[in-house]
Amino acid sequence: MARVVVDVMLKPEILDPQGQAVQRALPRLGFDGISDVRQGKRFELEVEGPVDEAALARIHDLAESFLANTVIEDFTVKVEEVAEAAK
Amino acid sequence: MTARIGVVTFPGSLDDRDTQRAIRLAGAEPVALWHKDKDLKQVDAVVLPGGFSYGDYLRAGAISRFSPVMESVVEQARAGLPVLGICNGFQVLTEAHLLPGAMLGNDHLHFICRDQKLRVENAGTAWTGDYTAGQEIHIPLKNMDGRFVADTYTLDELEAEGRVVFRYLDVNPNGSLRDIAGITNEAGNVVGLMPHPEHAVEPLIGSGRTDGLPFFTSILKKLVTA
Repeated sequence: MARVVVDVMLKPEILDPQGQAVQRALPRLGFDGISDVRQGKRFELEVEGPVDEAALARIHDLAESFLANTVIEDFTVKVEEVAEAAK
Repeated sequence: MTARIGVVTFPGSLDDRDTQRAIRLAGAEPVALWHKDKDLKQVDAVVLPGGFSYGDYLRAGAISRFSPVMESVVEQARAGLPVLGICNGFQVLTEAHLLPGAMLGNDHLHFICRDQKLRVENAGTAWTGDYTAGQEIHIPLKNMDGRFVADTYTLDELEAEGRVVFRYLDVNPNGSLRDIAGITNEAGNVVGLMPHPEHAVEPLIGSGRTDGLPFFTSILKKLVTA
């Protein structure tokens, strides 16, 4: 089994009030020096079979058409190695 | 003969019954449509009602967009079928790319429920013919994800082509760019807006106004005289 991770983030020009609310709470918690926070989504896809180019292309299509709304969001797709010992 | 107007029920739709009632009050025949059913039962127009379809999981409207009924709605809307999306229905229409832009959480992060003043900017769509351009109306607004966003090019194009159908007046309740409350597609058959006209059709309830009723009389007139 291999894991593919899709990270989805609001585009830089889109206002992120949730991220701002988190950022504003930081000084109250004693965290100084964080000038900006933006909040995104992470999808972990457990893939059956090999993660070859064809599988990655399909996942890219899935991310583009469904997991992200490319009008407002950017996404990245990356393969996460699952350590042998963990199997 | 009167017009038959379909109202889709998704899992999590809330205002499908109210919308059917508004259609009946306007003098048309409401037809219940089911999200799992591709068959639109040969209706003359479709309304996607408000609510929280599929729990708004992922993004509001993102999962509904892939439901079987939406396959038919998208196909027939592109061929000219009049479609109105109210609130969650508007979100579904942007996710389905029948309307440009996208909907995001209100900029103040709170759910909002209020009587909202609007200006009708375009009385030439299939759903707004019984209004006059420039008319000011009050319609209830209730949503979490009501912030309309689009890139500057798209916004300029919407403005230039007169495709901003409604604008918020007095206050911008959710951070929508350029105070946009509702838009239409190029052909004017698909309209989406965040406020709820189906909640303003009887003097007895709500704000006591019937400012939402012209949506439903507009489409009826359009269909019957067509």
